[in-house]
Amino acid sequence: MSAPGRAWVYGDDINTDLLAPAAYLKGSMEDLASHCLEDLDANFAATVREGDVFVAGANLGIGSSREQAPQALHILGIRTILAKSFGRIFYRNALNLGIPTLVCPQADRVRSGDRLRIDASAGVVHNLNTGEDLSCEPLPDHLLEMVGDGGLIPHLKKKLSGS
Amino acid sequence: MSMTLAEKILARASGRKRVRPGDIVTCQVDLAMMHDSSGPRRLAPMLEELGVDVWDPGKAVIITDHFVGESDTDSVQIQALTRNWATQRPLRGYHEAQGICHVVLPERGHLRPGMFVVGGDSHSTTGGAFGCFMTGLGATDMAGVLATGSTWMRVPETLRVRVDGVLGPGVAAKDVMLFLCHEIGINGAGYMAAEYTGSGVTAMAMDERMVLSNMAVEIGAKCGIVAADDTTLNWLAGVGVEVNDSDDWQSDPDATVAREITIDAAGLMPQVAAPHSPENSAPVDTHTGTAIDQAYIGACTGAKLDDLRMVARIVEGQQVAEGVRFFVAPASVRIAEEAEREGTLESLRAAGATILPSACGACIGLGPARLGAGEVGISSSSRNFQGRMGDPSSQTYLSSPYTVAASALAGCIADPRGYL
Repeated sequence: MSAPGRAWVYGDDINTDLLAPAAYLKGSMEDLASHCLEDLDANFAATVREGDVFVAGANLGIGSSREQAPQALHILGIRTILAKSFGRIFYRNALNLGIPTLVCPQADRVRSGDRLRIDASAGVVHNLNTGEDLSCEPLPDHLLEMVGDGGLIPHLKKKLSGS
Repeated sequence: MSMTLAEKILARASGRKRVRPGDIVTCQVDLAMMHDSSGPRRLAPMLEELGVDVWDPGKAVIITDHFVGESDTDSVQIQALTRNWATQRPLRGYHEAQGICHVVLPERGHLRPGMFVVGGDSHSTTGGAFGCFMTGLGATDMAGVLATGSTWMRVPETLRVRVDGVLGPGVAAKDVMLFLCHEIGINGAGYMAAEYTGSGVTAMAMDERMVLSNMAVEIGAKCGIVAADDTTLNWLAGVGVEVNDSDDWQSDPDATVAREITIDAAGLMPQVAAPHSPENSAPVDTHTGTAIDQAYIGACTGAKLDDLRMVARIVEGQQVAEGVRFFVAPASVRIAEEAEREGTLESLRAAGATILPSACGACIGLGPARLGAGEVGISSSSRNFQGRMGDPSSQTYLSSPYTVAASALAGCIADPRGYL
């Protein structure tokens, strides 16, 4: 169960070029993150805070395989990602980085600024503003375990060292 | 116990007799392909942290294409890091500045039917044209593959796309895919395997089939497969790959698919996708007359030899419209050489084309063919998301090479069938 986070709500088809503009791919991750979503919402990168929740409609992260898309959100403080559906590579990338990433068919019931408490293992989003509980598709066990370990690299490290 | 081709490959790669859609399986990877953007510069620190190296250098290939032709310090350093890392191993293949990875990979004989292949790029679905299950992964996923030789897959449902009949003059595989993007939407085949069949696919040469597989990712698919036939085997023999087991890598006739879509090839019009999504496609006459600043032939989708020949058929003996920039970036060095030898490139130059290096270029917002503020371009590439090919206020239309070429001549979006 996470601490409550503030929701940033966007619509459908948020693609990887919006999240990680190609013009900044060569430079540092921090610089790239400062341009995250700038063509859609110029205030996002500057005002998002540690522990916030990214909420989108259908097809979040369609497009490129660039892992910098979810990584930019993570660097800016996003700790959970909810969407009605995902581009499949973005979905894997976000989980590999250790970000709880959940398919939430009712994501459109969340409003920007709502405070959400999320139980990733139960697949439940509790909206503290409305009192509503939204159910998400549960993560398969192997992904829950990987996210619990902090992502694919820490997970593999644990497995490779036999602990 | 019938299975689709995608299921057969995942069953073999996961050591099972059969798999069903929804199963989560661990697959042994037959080949891992990386490029300079998502490759060593991101992977190497992860492998160091894990204290392991490439599980089998004989199953890994690096092809540089993203920052090729760029001369800024960051690009030069990324190229050097990639070169050093690849040559120290050494890997099965390291192809530097030879063209775009999805085209160079089969061209250098790395693919054969039945393989389970991962690539560090979304357009890795292109390899499906050769009867492989090939899918795109991000950098951490690829680090996991390099460390362990395996990765997890959810066995996908199959979307069967049946192309019936033969495409008309001036209509290409690209039009099939833009039409499909509109029909089922940008993620309409999300998490699924797309399998292309039908007489229209059988009639297509490999360069055209590669467009079907390449753009499978634009409908959200995990892979886009065309089962091998004589056309595939002849092409592979031409690059030194002998195949004896292609009969094993076909969908069973009674295999269950989740959805089937039939496209009437003969009735298909040239398509144009308006900004800012491939799914915004419509018959070309919806957009004819829209003025353009630039026409671009490039990317893994739209600059193979057959694509360049389509362009030459339209522009031969003609001149590009005044004020229109016309750029052509052949998808690989070998393609550029062949197009030069047969005179195709000279036809394009004579019409006013500027030939650019064989690299991802403007399709990833790099190089001289980027669009400026407020400019309008038409491109044979596969993705026109806002800002992808230049300034966020620029407008990119997508079409077949035929339609890009006709538009270059007209100075506005034009129906290529009037130029054949």
